[in-house]
Amino acid sequence: MTGTILQIENVSRVFPGVRGGAPVRALEPTNLQVAQNDFITILGPSGCGKSTLLRIVAGLDRPSGGRVLLNGREIKGPGADRGMVFQSYTLFPWLTIAENIAYGLREKGVPKSQRQDIVASYTEKVGLRGFENHYPKQLSGGMQQRTAIARALANDPEILLLDEPFGALDNQTRGLMQELLLGIWERERKTVLFVTHDIEEAIFLASRVVVMSARPGRIKADIPVDLPHPRHYTMKTTPEFSGLKAQLTEEIRVEALQAEGVH
Amino acid sequence: MPRPLEPVSQGTRVTLGISFFVLFVAAWAFATLGGFVSRTFLADPITMVQDGWLLLTRFGFLSDIGVTVWRVVGGFVLAALIAVPIGILMGAYKSFEAFLEPFVSFARYLPASAFVPLLILWAGIGEMQKLLVIFIGSVFQIILMVAVAVGNTRRDLVEAAYTLGSSDGGVVKRVLIPANAPEIAEILRLVLGWAWTYVIVAELIGSSSGIGHMIIDSQALLATGQMIFGIIIIGIIGLISDFLFKAVNRSLFAWRLA
Repeated sequence: MTGTILQIENVSRVFPGVRGGAPVRALEPTNLQVAQNDFITILGPSGCGKSTLLRIVAGLDRPSGGRVLLNGREIKGPGADRGMVFQSYTLFPWLTIAENIAYGLREKGVPKSQRQDIVASYTEKVGLRGFENHYPKQLSGGMQQRTAIARALANDPEILLLDEPFGALDNQTRGLMQELLLGIWERERKTVLFVTHDIEEAIFLASRVVVMSARPGRIKADIPVDLPHPRHYTMKTTPEFSGLKAQLTEEIRVEALQAEGVH
Repeated sequence: MPRPLEPVSQGTRVTLGISFFVLFVAAWAFATLGGFVSRTFLADPITMVQDGWLLLTRFGFLSDIGVTVWRVVGGFVLAALIAVPIGILMGAYKSFEAFLEPFVSFARYLPASAFVPLLILWAGIGEMQKLLVIFIGSVFQIILMVAVAVGNTRRDLVEAAYTLGSSDGGVVKRVLIPANAPEIAEILRLVLGWAWTYVIVAELIGSSSGIGHMIIDSQALLATGQMIFGIIIIGIIGLISDFLFKAVNRSLFAWRLA
């Protein structure tokens, strides 16, 4: 086990009430340690504050209390050291696929020839060769998210943050994307924080599944996934996988019921 | 029977578009040549064409057209050069917007045509005064519309840029501006159309050249054929500039249609 890269210390988030309403506690004080090369999935029902937590790590939202440390330095705002993939399609529509992947490198001032090499290698890794000069609109949802992953990785971030990146994709595409992402992680050993509400996805990808409770969000369980690597999609039908799935389904079900106000 | 929102083919579209022009001229010819409307008030199409031909060949109307086009383009370009950057800054920086927006909103409703007498006082009856009328008529409109467009930039694109390492200035330069460039071009196309109405007003008063001046001269002579010809010329120029603008936008912003 290598050292801790990301430390979430007592991070909470309270949204001010709208029009004199009561403030909303989206996130209870939360602690989480992420080790180098971990693949952590944060699993929870909608509205449990899991995206809020990820946005705080990304620096796109400020915690109401607590702090987040990346390699010991407190996070004050967004930066290139944390790559982010969003659920919505956020490729820049006026740039081609290659230009989108090169965006962060350009901002960093990486010289053009070097930029081209990096772009070529990531285009290859996400299987988009031949589409370099297409515009995002010409690509399917799955291809756009693959580009978004390549765009985040090309920046060589310390940690990759993904906020339900496959949530809008159909089931088959989602399965393929999970394998692609896992393949990249197995090869490059990035540190990944992945938010999802899909139990199977959470288990299949993770080395650790963090289960969050319904509003106000807090971490309810932290379950290691010791399934062997490299993982193949057939793993989803093994007894070990099913056992984990049953356990997590139970955890999540209670929370979902609570979130929906059913007791 | 056509169904709601059902698209039509390009050929049908052109045919239908032209056929209304034909219908319009036919109705006009019928009303005038058939003797239903007095010639004093409305010239028939044939007289109009003859008058137009005379204007172009004998009275140097082409140079009037040139002068008017120059005024519109001059005043409009001046307004765009100043208004687009201000609009972008207002859209990007909310404090700047809070500072300027109330005034610009107020100034937008000041009728450009009402400034003509004042501008004659300030700038005389030379070219500067014409340019200023168009400038005043366009500048506040462009500022406000550009500010709204930039202010409505997709937040997730801006956030994505920040997570990729963009600075604040980088976000303005490489997200806000390119994301809204097509819309800004569209705003300019729209406002250019309005600028045409201001130039004629400017030329109706205190002018010795231009299409508007010709129209006022023709009024004194009851030459309705010439007046209508002048108005139609404005329409045709408007149509051409609109077409050019659209073509340029299409080629510049191919990604939008991709």
